[in-house]
Amino acid sequence: MNRKLSLLALPYAVWLFLLVVIPILIMAVYAFTTSESVATLENFTDMGIYASVFVRSFRLAAVATLICLLIGYPAAYFMAGEGPGFQRVALALIMLPMWMNFLLRTYSWMSILENNGLLNQLFQKIGLFSLLNSVTGQEIQAFQMLRTPGAVTLGMVYNYLPFMILPIYSVILKLDRNLLEAARDLGADSVQVFLRVILPLSLPGVLSGVTMVFVPSVSTFAISRLLGGGTQMMLGDLIEQQFLGGAYNPHLGAAISMVMMIIVVLCMALMNHFGEGEEQAVML
Amino acid sequence: MSKELIRLQNLCMAYDGETILNNINLYINDKEFLTLLGPSGCGKTTTLRIIGGFTTPVSGDVFFDGVRINDVPPHKRQINTVFQKYALFPHLDVYENVAFGLRMQRVPNPNSRRGAKLSNEEIDRRVMEMLESVSLKGFERRRVDALSGGQQQRVAIARALVNRPKVLLLDEPLGALDLKLRKDMQIELKRIQQQVGITFIYVTHDQEEALTMSDTIVIMDKGNIQQIGTPEDIYNEPKNAFVADFIGESNIIDGVMVKDKVVKMYGRQFACLDGGFAENEPVDVVIRPEDIDIVPVEQGQLTGTVTNVTFKGMQYDIIVDFRGFKWLIQTTDHSPVGSKIGIKIDPDGIHVMKKSEYSGMFGDYSSFSDEYDELNGADEAREEQGNES
Repeated sequence: MNRKLSLLALPYAVWLFLLVVIPILIMAVYAFTTSESVATLENFTDMGIYASVFVRSFRLAAVATLICLLIGYPAAYFMAGEGPGFQRVALALIMLPMWMNFLLRTYSWMSILENNGLLNQLFQKIGLFSLLNSVTGQEIQAFQMLRTPGAVTLGMVYNYLPFMILPIYSVILKLDRNLLEAARDLGADSVQVFLRVILPLSLPGVLSGVTMVFVPSVSTFAISRLLGGGTQMMLGDLIEQQFLGGAYNPHLGAAISMVMMIIVVLCMALMNHFGEGEEQAVML
Repeated sequence: MSKELIRLQNLCMAYDGETILNNINLYINDKEFLTLLGPSGCGKTTTLRIIGGFTTPVSGDVFFDGVRINDVPPHKRQINTVFQKYALFPHLDVYENVAFGLRMQRVPNPNSRRGAKLSNEEIDRRVMEMLESVSLKGFERRRVDALSGGQQQRVAIARALVNRPKVLLLDEPLGALDLKLRKDMQIELKRIQQQVGITFIYVTHDQEEALTMSDTIVIMDKGNIQQIGTPEDIYNEPKNAFVADFIGESNIIDGVMVKDKVVKMYGRQFACLDGGFAENEPVDVVIRPEDIDIVPVEQGQLTGTVTNVTFKGMQYDIIVDFRGFKWLIQTTDHSPVGSKIGIKIDPDGIHVMKKSEYSGMFGDYSSFSDEYDELNGADEAREEQGNES
């Protein structure tokens, strides 16, 4: 019986092997060889010159994840407390942008943030620049928003926020209301109910939200390209250049990919461990 | 004997235009074990939630120790609750579940406006003491979802009692346990109540549970209190057909009160002990199945035909047809199906009640199969029965 059932998993196992295991092996082979197919560690030792790109990628992704958490948790908490009608509408509004093409969404942010884009035109119209200039004595015509780290972070937050809200929302929604009543019954005021019951019980949602925002953020290349305008090179851009761009060197690209993958896996493992520790801390 | 602790005054509750509680007046004494008993939807749980502070009544007042507490939130009431499905915190172990309330407590302290926390030593001492008294010593670090139903139940009781409340509310706390465990826990709960010496307010739809544990039973139906009394009062002197049917087994027969201490049924006069009715007032007469003696036909006050016999171990349950109305009789004598028998009822076996909205709804054993399930204590059947009534 069990053997028969396990046959059903065979297509998935084949799929996994062909499209995950083999590519990783190919990548590993590339990472440890030169273009002359000689084994080497050079690809890893050469990577030092890109340290700043590594740091920037992880920093921007971390900031974006933190902002997503700070916006997403209260939003999810608020949504879960409202009536079913409100929840349906809110869910639809959160999902709606995700039905549009990712690049299209990011391009539209470009036209909003440009020097002669929507926001700057708005500031112009309401006289913000003339006011500022008269106070500071400068001659500002527009804010430089595009091609800044802030724009890249904004792009990440905008694109990945739903992945933070949804898991937290579903965890909070499933919380047993009796537990909240029990906590109040035992003398907890609303702040204590939140800190000692709701927050620890919603941590699994927070952890999966953080993972789902951080991982795509750290490896993005479209957002940093479009909103960073080449000034905010991230790991994704770097890797893409090694495979498709002018700096063609798939061996180095493979090595960078591997290092990034390992760092991400380590981060996730650390966070999951920390998450469990958190639960214990709240217990004590 | 003891002083009044809680008073409910003119409590009314409605939800979506449907009346849940209809002018409830009730006082509860200190150290009393009081049970709110009734079928599902009778308003017993709502009454409990109002006392706990989880539901606000539409009108009426709740007094605790003479002080009106309508607007006092649950966490500021000296009342703790054992919830129906326990509601233990899944992220905390047994020890921390029990310690939860103590960690919330603040004792007055001159150095701090909010008051000081209890010391860890104090918390530890009280938690361990409590776990010991519910026989859960050694379970401190267990996860609560790794416990059996009975153990979870005891954690829930310990978690509430460790706060030394003045009142413990229990919302059908034994409903999820199997029969054997339920019986043990009934005795255990009564023991705990007497040991800690506080008021228990207990909600159940199980009449046997109520009779076993309570000092006072409050029978509710359709948002009204039907009767308040000791278990003996309620069993021996039910106020109306609903109470008579809900508590124990009853044959309820139409009768006419001829005069004090004489009631007429089936065209025949019976001596009884009740009085105070108008002359020739129509009444409901309750006769408990165990108060009926089977005698030879010629000596019987009434004669009927046996239609069903069930052996119950201690006694036979026999159904006897008296001119179309079927009675349940519990007897140690065997009478075969189809035989004619006579019966005799002593005056103290006859209880006369005023007619009520429930007259004619209960007390006939014609639909024997339903009643049979009920006699066997099949819970689902009992629930349905409750819902129908």
